[in-house]
Amino acid sequence: MSDASFLSPARCPEPSDGTPPVVCFSNVYISFLGPAVLADLSFTVAPQETRILLGPAGVGKSVLLKLAMGLLRPSHGSIRLLGNEVTAMTEEELFPLRARTGMVFQESALFDSLSVRDNVAYQLIQARVPDEEIDQRVREALRFVELERTFDMFPGDLSGGMKRRVAIARALIRQPELILYDSPTGGLDPVTSTTIIELVMKQRDVYRTPSIMVTHRVQDAFMLCTHRFDTGVGHMVPLPKGETDPNTTFLMLDQGRMIFDGSLHELLHTEDPFVREFLE
Amino acid sequence: MIESTLKSVVWSVQEYTIYTWRAVLCLFSPPVYWTDTLVQADTIGAGSALIVALTGFFLGAVLALESDSLLAGFGATGYMGRFVGMTLLIELGPVLTGIIVAGRNASTMASELGSMVVTEQVDAMSSLGVDPVRKLVTPRLVATMVTLPLLTLVADAFGLVGGGWISIVRLNIPWHKYLTDAYATAGWPDVIEGLIKPVVFAFILASDGCFYGMRTTGGAEGVSRSTIQAVVTSSVLILFADFLISRIMIQLFP
Repeated sequence: MSDASFLSPARCPEPSDGTPPVVCFSNVYISFLGPAVLADLSFTVAPQETRILLGPAGVGKSVLLKLAMGLLRPSHGSIRLLGNEVTAMTEEELFPLRARTGMVFQESALFDSLSVRDNVAYQLIQARVPDEEIDQRVREALRFVELERTFDMFPGDLSGGMKRRVAIARALIRQPELILYDSPTGGLDPVTSTTIIELVMKQRDVYRTPSIMVTHRVQDAFMLCTHRFDTGVGHMVPLPKGETDPNTTFLMLDQGRMIFDGSLHELLHTEDPFVREFLE
Repeated sequence: MIESTLKSVVWSVQEYTIYTWRAVLCLFSPPVYWTDTLVQADTIGAGSALIVALTGFFLGAVLALESDSLLAGFGATGYMGRFVGMTLLIELGPVLTGIIVAGRNASTMASELGSMVVTEQVDAMSSLGVDPVRKLVTPRLVATMVTLPLLTLVADAFGLVGGGWISIVRLNIPWHKYLTDAYATAGWPDVIEGLIKPVVFAFILASDGCFYGMRTTGGAEGVSRSTIQAVVTSSVLILFADFLISRIMIQLFP
């Protein structure tokens, strides 16, 4: 019997409050000519919700994000993105849908032959937006990540942390309806990681865009949950003791399966030995 | 072992067919990236012109030099223009230009696209709503198919000059006889064959270079592997296509 054969028919559940989820995975299974990378995976992302996906390296976290964008196709199951069944769409149909989302890649994935301005403006250039408007919107996006001075620079001139911030500006410039962060702090020093997390938080609290953030750094995840961005002072501040952001919740993967889906409080009090070991 | 190898070959052929078909179809629906096509045409065409001209020149010269004793054995040294012209036009001009451009540009395409794949730039392009096949592959395919026939003409022309140089200076064949002979022998079927071949070779080398680049896995080592595969496969396929086209043309115009 194959791993997929026991799965129930894939279908995203009807929302109880009538608001459809931004993302819905239902019984998703994927393998690459071998054992399952992800199996029987089901979860949703609600409007304005930030889901932090935890798990050790190589557990399929990046694969999950690529599935959500339709960059990979599942072997079985249903994936709905912004109300569209991704698994039933052709490659050509997926491009306009992807353009409504933003993704920040693990190693930034900036186009190294283009300047920072052209990287951030990539979608606008393809849409033939006038140059004056492009310049203005790129400067706004770079100001959001506090890197306006890099406007004319090239990716090769930037540090790792600056590249991530430019990648965030590129993902945000068209005000996407969903943002996917693939280990945005991976390989960065603690100070730069905190800057990136502050930007993720700023995006969450200023624009309220739903997102999925993949990370294996528990401290980043907890900081996102226990702080908020204060637009008055221009940086993040801790929430009152005992409070957490209600719209920031956790998912955890182990060996391709979802082993946890819940709030920070539930995560800290789970009995699952793997989760406890991971957190410790 | 044999079964898995065969499956892998069939899988690759299927992937290649679907992907090249998509690249061709992109030409018939908007947006078509003409600016990218012009940039590629400049890189492939203008960038390869000098090396192709030099290769053509020395090829023509060595053809005249080596065939001198052979033709003299039949008392046919006077046919040097015919020999050099025909050999260049229908065979060596297209094939050697194809192989040189494959070495120079199929490798560039594979390594450039391969680097973009392993650094997730291709995925980033997709995630920004831009079709990488339309943006990266179709312009390279069109640019190569337009420029390779022109480069072949350059190689043919410089080959004739090279052959003429040896024929006139060393073999004392009058230049007007050499040129008239070379020109008069070539019929329309030969001209058609000489122009069909580079178009087919261009399709092979560009689609191969892009295909291996776009399916790169495994970091820097993977990029190097894709580059080698692209050059080796396209060179072998060019020679195979050359044989097929020659066979068909002989059948059609005996």
